[in-house]
Amino acid sequence: MPEPPQEPPHEPEGAVAGTGMGGGMDLAASEATALERTPHGPDGPGGTVGTGGPGPQDRPRSLWSDAWRDLRRNPVFLLSALVICFLILIAIRPSLIAPGNPLQCDLARAQDGPRPGHPFGYDGQGCDVYTRTVHGARASVTVGVCATLGVAVLGSVLGALAGFFGGVWDSVLSRITDIFFAIPVVLGGLVLLSVVTSNTVWPVVGFIVLLGWPQLSRIARGSVITAKQHDYVQAARALGASNTRILLRHIAPNAVAPVIVVATIALGTYIALEATLSYLGVGLKPPSVSWGIDISAASPYIRNAPHALLWPAGALAITVLAFIMLGDAVRDALDPKLR
Amino acid sequence: MLLEVRDLRVEFRTRDGIAHAVNGVTYAVDAGETLAVLGESGSGKSVTAQAVMGILDMPPGRITGGRVLFRGTELLTLKEDERRRIRGAAMAMIFQDALSALNPVLTVGDQLGEMFTVHRGMSRRDARAKAVELMDRVRIPAAAQRVRDYPHQFSGGMRQRIMIAMALALEPALVIADEPTTALDVTVQAQVMDLLAELQHEYRMGLILITHDLGVVADVADRIAVMYAGRIVESAPVHDLYKAPAHPYTRGLLDSIPRLDRKGRELYAIKGLPPSLLRIPSGCAFHPRCPMARDVCRTDVPPLYEVNEQRGSACHFWRECLDG
Repeated sequence: MPEPPQEPPHEPEGAVAGTGMGGGMDLAASEATALERTPHGPDGPGGTVGTGGPGPQDRPRSLWSDAWRDLRRNPVFLLSALVICFLILIAIRPSLIAPGNPLQCDLARAQDGPRPGHPFGYDGQGCDVYTRTVHGARASVTVGVCATLGVAVLGSVLGALAGFFGGVWDSVLSRITDIFFAIPVVLGGLVLLSVVTSNTVWPVVGFIVLLGWPQLSRIARGSVITAKQHDYVQAARALGASNTRILLRHIAPNAVAPVIVVATIALGTYIALEATLSYLGVGLKPPSVSWGIDISAASPYIRNAPHALLWPAGALAITVLAFIMLGDAVRDALDPKLR
Repeated sequence: MLLEVRDLRVEFRTRDGIAHAVNGVTYAVDAGETLAVLGESGSGKSVTAQAVMGILDMPPGRITGGRVLFRGTELLTLKEDERRRIRGAAMAMIFQDALSALNPVLTVGDQLGEMFTVHRGMSRRDARAKAVELMDRVRIPAAAQRVRDYPHQFSGGMRQRIMIAMALALEPALVIADEPTTALDVTVQAQVMDLLAELQHEYRMGLILITHDLGVVADVADRIAVMYAGRIVESAPVHDLYKAPAHPYTRGLLDSIPRLDRKGRELYAIKGLPPSLLRIPSGCAFHPRCPMARDVCRTDVPPLYEVNEQRGSACHFWRECLDG
């Protein structure tokens, strides 16, 4: 057990931490005692051991480490994280749990129900619904993750610059975001994507980034403006920090939390948007495998073969829900006021 | 002269009109000297300091006139890049509330070290060692361990010590301390003030101490400049001013200090409120609250009359005031 440090000022009663004690004692000493923490012994900073019962912290705490502590105890976070990890895993290696080929279909089995080895049954083309549902995760996760990254990077950079420098750039950017907000997403998708012939996820990703960044840039702008007004920014300036340094080192870490939260929630909605666009025939197109395509293909047969619709739709719903729940949990964890 | 401020004027554009925050402030500080700038909230003492440091928010702020000479160099016309190199290295500022003036997401070691990486181009490892040294310097116990802590893990007094350490890191020639002890407990105030005075003496810095606390000033300052409505109304060596104020406003401030020998009697207060900076009274800005005001005070702005070589008073009737 590490003993309390051997400095003269404080006595073995170091555990009295907290309330001010008595009058005219040397300040440095009294503060040292009041702030007594378990020392990191010279024998290793990694192995800090909290011996004091009431003292809750053994190691430095920050917004992020606090948030992480909260998250680890939050069942909503754990559940959604589990679902998301699973989704990412099957997006990367669908053959792990669905070795079949999603494009190998047998018309003779069209609309058949479940049978051994094919637990979800067959769709209207006689394709195995289970295999297609598992393989469909890749399109959704790719679109969701790539579009969110694109939106987050573009939106937060533009928003942060506008918020930090203000003035003309800010006005110009704000008007541009207003214009983008006025574009109806589905209608815009129908118009823009119908002229694209590529059958990859990238046009969809590009479209979502194009329409999604204004939302993030507003959030980033707002939180940079808030962070900019803090005294520590002025203090950093008074001590000779440059604009770049102030923005990257002092403002960004304090402004990034809302961006992360909104981006996480948006990721779920982007996945839903990809499915919507694919359903409408302008997103991914067959022979690509996507939940939107499968939902679209199965919807005419909903009376005869509801399973062909329900499984991809269920997978979509769970995925979107998982990301939105994750975003919610992260928001709660990053909001000090809820703590 | 280390720093000379001459006839500085700053105004702010607000929705209700132009607020004249600083209306011709003149003061000077020499190396090793402490100038206390005293005044109520809104008297322009902090704005003057921000203009000197070059951290005034512009817009809405605007410097409409005057000069700021640092070692003979005009600062107001200097390029931002050159000013930035002076800030932190040659002149630094200590803020009132260290909790909000320190970045909550960076460890104090990172923030102290930043002074050295930015201005001196040191490696992070060397900067960290310097940070520990500085924390020792301002007598933070167990500095080597606490260098990895975040600002909120320190008490108010300790945080202000870190703030002081940051400002003094590069041994600047001039330090502006903007109410450095206002946010602290009374018992801690004296300790922090003593530390500041001691370090100032050691480094022979010029110190501008902005405060509204006459008690803090008496022990540490060499000279006092009293500000009212964006003007210096009295400027004097500290003992002269305490012995015999030459401006009714200063007299009012001194009379409103609670004193043991007047126990049980009602505490004196200057009647009325500080003027709105949007509508500064004509003539002497203090005349609506002044017990000695006469007709001339309503019409003529008093210049800073020379009482003797060392002191000045912006009162038409400074002689009367001096005689009590």
